[in-house]
Amino acid sequence: MTHRRWFAPWLLIAPALVWLLVFTVWPSVNTVILSFTNARPLGGGRFVGLENFHRALNDGQLAEALLNSVIYMLVCLPLLTLLPLLMALLVQKRLPGITFFRTAFYTPVVASAVVVALIWGWVLDDRGLVNGLAQRFALLSGPLPFLTDRWLLLLSAIGLTVWKGLGYYMVIYLSALGNVGRELHEAAAVDGAGSFRRFLHVTLPGVRNTMLLVSVLISVSALRVFSELYILSDGTGGPGGRDMSVVMLIQMYSRGFTGHLGYASALSLLLFVVTVGPLLLLLRLDRKAA
Amino acid sequence: MAGRTHGLKPDPTRGISPTRGFSPTRGFNSTSPAEKAVRYVLLLLVLLLTVGPFLWELSTSLKGPGEDIFTRSPSFLPHQPTLGNYAEVARTVPVWTYAANSLVVAVITVGGNVVGATLAGFALARLRFRGARLVLGLFLATLVLPGEVTIVSQYVTIRSLGLADTLLGVALPGAIGMLNVLLMRTAFRAVPGELDDAAIVDGATVRQRLLHIGLPNVRGMLSVIVIFAFIGAWDDFLWPLIVLTDPDKYTLTVGIQYLNGTFSANPRLIAAGTMIAFLPIVLVFAALQRFFFRGVEEGAIKG
Repeated sequence: MTHRRWFAPWLLIAPALVWLLVFTVWPSVNTVILSFTNARPLGGGRFVGLENFHRALNDGQLAEALLNSVIYMLVCLPLLTLLPLLMALLVQKRLPGITFFRTAFYTPVVASAVVVALIWGWVLDDRGLVNGLAQRFALLSGPLPFLTDRWLLLLSAIGLTVWKGLGYYMVIYLSALGNVGRELHEAAAVDGAGSFRRFLHVTLPGVRNTMLLVSVLISVSALRVFSELYILSDGTGGPGGRDMSVVMLIQMYSRGFTGHLGYASALSLLLFVVTVGPLLLLLRLDRKAA
Repeated sequence: MAGRTHGLKPDPTRGISPTRGFSPTRGFNSTSPAEKAVRYVLLLLVLLLTVGPFLWELSTSLKGPGEDIFTRSPSFLPHQPTLGNYAEVARTVPVWTYAANSLVVAVITVGGNVVGATLAGFALARLRFRGARLVLGLFLATLVLPGEVTIVSQYVTIRSLGLADTLLGVALPGAIGMLNVLLMRTAFRAVPGELDDAAIVDGATVRQRLLHIGLPNVRGMLSVIVIFAFIGAWDDFLWPLIVLTDPDKYTLTVGIQYLNGTFSANPRLIAAGTMIAFLPIVLVFAALQRFFFRGVEEGAIKG
């Protein structure tokens, strides 16, 4: 009766469970522990109480990073909640060649953020496509410093994140649109509702839950941004290191032999605190949907 | 339910069907020529916006040294097309070594996820055992945790395992993704229970149930996991950036970030290096996209 061996399920679960414990549960616990120490890549690790958290309170760069995150979220939220929905409506209708368009629109999602940032770095270069064309058509007298100005760099990175995210959220909306009752659309059309009114009164209510889900996902990913800012600023974090994200700070302090793992862990805890809000909301929504 | 996952034959007309399970009324469905024209214009516009920058980069990478790429009236087609930039980049930067390193990491990640997530997903969906709910709860709880939060202490863990600055160290933490375990559990739960019950009555072992009843019915989800594990590993930047210090072990993303500094005077070379990192992943996705969009249909991508 081999199938009745009590340990069979545990045997199957063992690898995943080991991974969970070693690479998620223990690091989570250890992050908390490390954040109260002065751990460095080589040695250290003495208990220092709340020192790291005090330091964080007075860290001007961290304050800038949090400000950047807030701006990131405020710009990304409306754009990435609405534009992908419109794109989904556009590719929903099965016209000839629509599979090609769907796949093509998804390309920026598949590409690495590093690749995308290198490409945009060239497009937004002082001598690049955007500045060249703008000057040719006399929209600008000189090049705009997209990659060297504190605010323009942040906006460029945000634009990149939005551009890269369009396809991702489009697909989520696309699978949600499949569940919006076609009967409702037809009934509304028969009643003489134009396409804009049908969008407002049939489509939007139909994808309301998905919109909430999408905006939670956007908020969380805006707080987790790293590669775009890192590559566009060549790893410097922009002029004076003011264009950093929290994750960039974490990376900076955990790197090299002079790193400060204790402080990086304290910053990680902070990141957890600011992202957990939206994520708990997501879990509640998920439970409601299920 | 099972019928949907059986039909794995290619059918480009079946992407995400918005009308699945509903017979469309022809009159409502037909599109007027005017609407069609507007839709195609918009589609082409979005296409230009999403794919344009990639094509621009590709074009730059093919432009010869005699071509002015800084002009204010840029040409979108290279006038003196050449592959010389690719050869030049490969001479200065070991891009092929980087690519091989990325491939190693991606293969370990895909293999680990296919095996680990399948086994655990099957057990959680199909086997009854004490503690199952607790384990499931643990897996679910990890979803609230963004990976960046534990990245520092994960590095400490990898280092204490002696895996700092190794490709195995890069691949290992992601080799069994908790989300993938949950996705496989969902897929196995969708397999009709009667099939399994019949097998149990016939005295099938756990192994037989997994191989002959479970697996053939979850191929759709499995291919989605393969695609995303591969893309995720190939594209990842932050984690290999932290783990790797030896330039010989760099993955592509870590290696090509230095293109900007190395070739700042010649964007053609940066473009060529970027394309070497981009083209493989786009080919993989183009080849597998029908599985992906079918997975979307099966509800794999809910976010």
